[in-house]
This record gives sequence, C-alpha cells and structure tokens, in this order.
Amino acid sequence: MIELLPDREKQIVRKGGDSDATTEIACGKASTAGAVSQRACVFCGSRVVLYPVADALHVVHGPIGCAAYTWDIRGSQSSGPQLYRHSFSTDLQEMDVIYGGEKKLEAALLELIEHHQPKAAFIYSTCIVGIIGDDVSAVCKRVAAKTGIPVLGVHSEGFKGTKKDGYKAACEALYKLVGTGDTSSISPHSINILGEFNLAGEAWIIRDYYKRLGIEVVSTLTGDGRVDDIRRSHGAKLNLVQCSGSMTYLAKMMERDHGIPFKRVSYFGIEDMSAALYEAAKFFKDDPTIMARAQELVREEVATIYPELQRFKQKLIGKKAAIYVGGSFKAFSLVRILRMLGMETAVVGSQTGDKDDYRQLQEICDPGTIIVDDANPLELAKFCLEKDVDLFIGGVKERPIAYKLGIGFCDHNHERKEPLAGYVGMVNFAKEVYASVASPVWQFAPRRANRAAVLARLANDPDFKPAPKGCGNCLPECTPGDGQFVRATLVPA
Amino acid sequence: MLNGTTAEIKPREALRINPAKTCQPIGAMYAALGINGCMPHSHGSQGCCSYHRSHLTRHFKEPVVATTSSFTEGASVFGGLANMTQALSNIFTIYNPKIVAVHTTCLSEVIGDDIPMMIKKAKEEKIIPDGKYVIHANTPSFVGSHVTGFASMVTGMVKYLAEASGKSEAQLKAEPQLNVIPGYIDPADMRELKRIIKEMGVKTVMFPDTSGVLDLPQDGQYRMFPSGGATIEEIKSSGDSVGTIALGHFASHPAAIELDEKCKVPSALLELPYGLTNTDKFIHALRTHGGVDVPGSIGQERGRLLDAMSDMHQYFHGKRVAIVGDPDHVIALTQFLVELDMKPAYVFTGSSGKHFEQRLTEILGNHAPDAMIKQNVDLFELHQQIKNNPVDLIIGNTYSKYISRVENIPFVRFGFPVLDRMGHRYFPAVGYMGALRLMEKINDALLDHKDRECAEENFELIQ
Repeated sequence: MIELLPDREKQIVRKGGDSDATTEIACGKASTAGAVSQRACVFCGSRVVLYPVADALHVVHGPIGCAAYTWDIRGSQSSGPQLYRHSFSTDLQEMDVIYGGEKKLEAALLELIEHHQPKAAFIYSTCIVGIIGDDVSAVCKRVAAKTGIPVLGVHSEGFKGTKKDGYKAACEALYKLVGTGDTSSISPHSINILGEFNLAGEAWIIRDYYKRLGIEVVSTLTGDGRVDDIRRSHGAKLNLVQCSGSMTYLAKMMERDHGIPFKRVSYFGIEDMSAALYEAAKFFKDDPTIMARAQELVREEVATIYPELQRFKQKLIGKKAAIYVGGSFKAFSLVRILRMLGMETAVVGSQTGDKDDYRQLQEICDPGTIIVDDANPLELAKFCLEKDVDLFIGGVKERPIAYKLGIGFCDHNHERKEPLAGYVGMVNFAKEVYASVASPVWQFAPRRANRAAVLARLANDPDFKPAPKGCGNCLPECTPGDGQFVRATLVPA
Repeated sequence: MLNGTTAEIKPREALRINPAKTCQPIGAMYAALGINGCMPHSHGSQGCCSYHRSHLTRHFKEPVVATTSSFTEGASVFGGLANMTQALSNIFTIYNPKIVAVHTTCLSEVIGDDIPMMIKKAKEEKIIPDGKYVIHANTPSFVGSHVTGFASMVTGMVKYLAEASGKSEAQLKAEPQLNVIPGYIDPADMRELKRIIKEMGVKTVMFPDTSGVLDLPQDGQYRMFPSGGATIEEIKSSGDSVGTIALGHFASHPAAIELDEKCKVPSALLELPYGLTNTDKFIHALRTHGGVDVPGSIGQERGRLLDAMSDMHQYFHGKRVAIVGDPDHVIALTQFLVELDMKPAYVFTGSSGKHFEQRLTEILGNHAPDAMIKQNVDLFELHQQIKNNPVDLIIGNTYSKYISRVENIPFVRFGFPVLDRMGHRYFPAVGYMGALRLMEKINDALLDHKDRECAEENFELIQ
C-alpha cells in the first residue's frame, strides 16, 4: 500500500468519490520540502519558453549545470538559424561567486555578439546570481549600448517561485521586444500564435492552416521564433494563446497596451483544432470568405483523416489512460482526444494547473477519474495500478515508471518525435498511442500475465484457445506450455 | 547547426560553449543511488533536483527518485534549516528509506548552510528515527564537476559509515574481505565487476553499487527503493577490510584515501579497468590482495580479447582519434587505444585536474607525442581543433554527435551521458568482455563509415 503525504491529500480529488466535482483542489502551492516532486524551477520555466527564439543568443549566467541540463533538450525546430541550439554559459567558479560575475558576463556577451551577430540576446539569471547580487540589468544595458542589439535580462533565479514565475519572467523579457518593429505592412486579418513551441514542426502545420484561411501569422511565440517578428507582433489584430499557463501573461500585456484581444485555443484533437480555426474566422467577420474557407478546410482535413482514425478507434476502444503533463490546458485536449479514440481517462494530473483548470477538468472527466496536482512517482504508480490503465501520457520522468509497470507510453512533452498538433497530428497521436498500447511486448508483462481478469476476458473470446498449463515449477509469468518435451510423430506424406 | 563553429581559435576566458561536464550535485545523486534503500536529497531549489532526475533518467532509462528542500526566497534569506528539518521529517515519515544522502547546491552553499549541524539537530530532535542514517556531501556547483560531486559523496559514505570494529589482524585475515570502489561507471559495469570478482572467488564489498537499482527488470511494480545497492552494513564493514581497490583517480581514490586515514585500510589505487592492461591490473590486484588464483575461465576471457585484438589490429593502426569525457574514463580508454595501436590526437576533459594531463602525457609519451591533452575544455574547442586537423574517429558522450554529423566523422558513444542509444544500459565496457565490446563498436563505426562513403571500386564484401 502506497501512502500519501498528509499535506498532499488536498491536492488529489476523485470525481464522484468522497470528493466530487464541487470539491476544490488545492494547487498553486510550492511543493512540500522532502517530497519527490516532478516539478522544476523558475529558470526552467523561462528557459523552455524563450529557448525556441532561434536567432537570439541565449546565455545562462550561472554555474555550468543550469546550462548543461537545458542544452538542446527541447525538440523545438527552426526553419533557419540554429544558434539557439548551442549551450552558452558563464560557468561561474568560486572566485566569481566571491568577487561577482558581472565582468565575466559582460566579456562573454561582447565576445559572443561580435562572433554570432544575433538579433537579440537573452541573459538568464540563475539561483546564485540572485544571491551574489550581480546587477545583470546594468550589464545588459551597457552591452546593448555597445552592440546596438536588445540585450534582455531574464529574472529567472530558480528559488524565486515556481516554474510559472519563470514563464512570467520570460514574458516580461519578450515584452521588451514587442512594439519596437514596423507594423505598416501587416494585413488587417492577422494573428499571433502564442504558446506554440514548434515541437517536431507543429507550428509549421498550424501556420499553414491559418495561411489557407487567408490570415497572416505575424509572429509565433516562440516556436521557430524570430526576433524581428516578435518586435512587430503588436501589429496583429488577434492573439491566439495555446499554452495558456506560459503565455497568457504576455497576451494580457499586449491587450492592455496595444488593444489586441486574445483567445485561448488548443491545436490538439479535431474538436479543439477546428474550434481554434473558427475562433479566428469568427473574429474576422468583416470577411465572410474566411469562415467559408475555414469550414472547407475542416471538412477537407477531417475527411482525410477520419477513416484512419476509425481504424485506430476500433483497436483502442475501452482502453484506459493516465495523463500527467506540465500544463493543465493540454490535459483538457487530451481527455477529449482520448474520448474520440474510444478511450477513457482514469487518472489526470498536472504540474502547474490552477483552480479554474482543475474545476474544468472535473467537469469534463468521467466519474471515478482521479485528478491530481503536482504528483510524485509513487502516487502516479499507485493510481495507474489501481485503475489498471493501458497508457500513460507524460514526460521524461514518467516514461520509465510506466514501462516498469508494463504500461504503454506516449510522450506529449519535449521529447515527442512526431507532430501531434493539427489534423495530421491527431492521426500521428492515434498511431503512436496504438503502437504503444497494442505492442506485443505487454503480453509478456508480468502485470498483465498475472491478471486473472485478463485471462477471463480471453476465455470468452471465440478465437482464444486456452494454452496448456505450465509446469508450475518455473516463473509465474512464463508462457504456459512452452519448453516441455512432447512426443514428435511423423506425419505420413 | 554547428557550422557556426569556426576554425579560427581565439582565447576565451569568460565563456563556456557546449560544455563537456556538468555540475557536482548530479554526481552526488548518482553515487547516493548506489546505497541500498537510500533517498538522495538535494538541499536547494527544486529545479536542481528535477533536472538531475531527468538527466539521469535520460541516461539510464530508469525511474530516479530524489527529494528536494524546495528552497524559496525565504529560505535563501533565513537559511535552509527549516526546509531541511521539514524535508527529513517528511522523508522518514512517508518514504521511509534506510538512509538519506544529502548533497548541497550552489544556493545552499552560498548562503552558508551548515549541513552537519542540521543533521546533528535533526538527530537530537528525533526527526531522524533510531537506526536510520543521514550522510552528506558538500557539492557546490561552482566548484569541480559531476565527477568531483560523485567522489565527494563516496567519500561521505566512508566518513559517516565506515568503521573499524577493532578485530585483531588475525581475525580479519582469517576471512579476508576487500573493498572495491568502482568509480563513476554504469550499473552494467558494476554488475560486470561483481561477476569478475565472483569468478575470482574473492569476498568483496563494493560501494557505491547501482546495479539492481538502475538496471531493473520489468516486474510490473514500481519500487522507490529497489533491492540493489551496497547495504549500510556492508559499507560499515569496509573499515574492517584487508584492503581497498579504488578504480579511478578522480572518482574513487579520494574515498580510498579517506578510508585509509580513518580505518587504516591500505589501498591499491588503480585506473578504470577498460581494455587489456587496466583489466590485467584489476585482476592482479584481486589475486594478490584477495589471496586467490586466477581461474581458467578468466584466462580464457583474456585470451579471447587478445585474439580479437589480433583479428582487428589491421583496421586500427594509426587511426587518429579524438577522445573527450570524464577524466577517469578518458585516461583508461586512452591506454586501451594505445594498445590497439590507434593514435589519440585530442584527449580532452571538461573537468579540471593536473593529474589528467600528467598521466596522459605518460601514457602517450612515446606513442603519440603530438597528441593534444587538455583539461577544463569544452566541445566547442574540440570542434575547432578538429576543423583545423581532422580525426578518423570521435569517442565521447552523446553531445559529441553534433561534431560527428557536421564533420562526417565516425563516432562511438562512451561515458556519461548517453542520451540517444540504449546499449550502455545492458552491456558493460569494463573487463575483458567489456573491452571486446568497445573494440567491436570502434571497428563497426570505422567500417560502416567506409562502406557508406568509399568509392564503388573500393567497396568490399569481405573485410
């Protein structure tokens, strides 16, 4: 029996159980000291948001670890410059900690900017910089004056909050660029795509859809990001915000200062993808052809993928999934997508959801679903076993846990290898889920082999021929009947 | 992507580009996982702990647990005592490990947290239950590298746990036990060392030992504390051993020296058993200090390695190699490459230490006097050097793949971390059999490259 930390009980809700949809989950809390949390820090939040700006220089001001662990770990693709994939660090040493790292930072920046000629530079402060008191802003100002490019300090000291505060620091840095470019050539039907990081090339798919509607995408923040596009992004008429946890703050600033309204969207799954296109079409109602094109596009794309999706659905129907992701908005889409594939969400959780997110999750989930904020591996394992799930959707730290339990896995985080957004992404997702859930490897998994329920289900299957009983002396999970001597008889020709 | 790298090399002092090292705490965390029933604890912000767990998971493809003091702004002003106390209380109440191994981070070091005092206080206040242990290592990220962090935690095991029970020399020699400190190697390597030791028939205690912790079979369960790892009793008994075999100057020797000072256990300070000579030395040490004869089976393994070396030597002669990685790995591997008649051209480590340059100068002295040997260097510089004077093969961790791709040079993954291949999890690189595997990988990389790139008239069926 796996126990829960007493402090954590309020961060877990069972829909329709002792607590129901009206129960409020406790979230937005700092992790309890001593908990095995799956969460990261402020720096991590800033780094993941800004990293995809491909023609900027990204310098981590701190000891080597912070730079090493974030070196090219996100599959955010660039159609041009690859500068962002290098790891630049001031590699602070003991003497720098004593005497300060400002000089080192300034020298590093001047050297790098001269060499790489970037469009802008982001300087990330790490924990230690916050303690030794380096005036990073002053260094940024001096270097900007000397080099003539924007040099932007990111206040991402790890201990100064949670990953969410890191998102905010990233938005603040980005916002210094917004409003500094020329907007004269921008179409009246134009948008920015916020919170799309171009993992496995997803932003390219989404941008192409909007282009087909006749809508100009001024800037994608930050997937395949370009400094010059961000500078003129205030010329767009609408902001569509996907990863709401990270980018709503920026959208709100742009609404306040530039009067650009924003809408929350998701590009995962047919329903949400289509809604995201209609949302933009509705907004530009002065041109009804946009809506007509949107309807046509949705019809066309859905017709293309529907037969294949149905094939996957037949194989996946009734399977159960556990979801543990960074942002909860993604979880909404995943619950809906899984339902479309005939699957049930039995466990769902996130690192950084807020009260509204969890309320919404409780509304859309089936009764009995376990909803959890900031889970640790023991809890995740416990819930997966309790609900006997067939699939785990998560990130790098969850994958081996799922495999140890004998559960299929889909990375819906940085390490996805195929685009999962848009209509084509829906098929990719179904394919990936199917490939893992239906893999023959799980028939050997002890968890499965030991389940009487599974055997009973097989017994009712007309195609199922019961295997002869095993010898009873070897491993409980061995395939029964294998390896026993039998009398070979010659069949006459 | 790395075409941004230019051949022109300018001196850099303020800047690290594409590092060939990472920070101390992750090494301490890895070492701690080699104690049975141990919860590694990161005393700092929660991001550090999360990054280390993710990075280790990417390398080992295993769940990695560790807890964190979850520093906030308050802790950074008032010190981390309250966080530590709460953390230890929670860890023992809920996860119930046998031992907690605390390592520090840059943050807790700079604010000056006194970990021994905190542990003492927690013991007095009964936050640490009777029979449970808390050990620690200071691992500020702005000093050393992941290798020194590993070494500090192994030394911490000795400082806190090793005991000399006061038995007489005659008693100890009646049933002699040897310590083996294996160094910063993979669980598969530790498993192989144990196999060799068993084959030799020597009674040993090996610590840390991550086999059975980070190379688990799938059994349908998730355990926070798997059955593997050196037990506390075993580590305690290391003070009663007749001697220590410590593998690796940087990762293992400090702990062996500490053990000698504390419990008067003499030590054989060896290099990692990669390749023929270094494995010979390991076997020799086991034989002489363990008082056993080398069994025929080990002799046969050596014979097979030697046979394969003769089979393949024609492909290796004079090949220029760039080797980059952790100092102990690079030193031992370079020795093997010399045995294979290859020409190490660049021998680099991201870590610091004079011993690295001294020892490699000895190894390469007559064989490859022109080799460039450098400590405290990054992969950007390695790439620049290669652009100026190319090599036939690169051996390094996964991060070297960028150079390999841009320059179209065969590449063998070796060391920590390997983030994009699986083999290191299952197949050892140590010992005679490990050497065979290393050699096979090198030969495959060279010949695959030749088969792909050579002119049609040179494309041969038989090699």
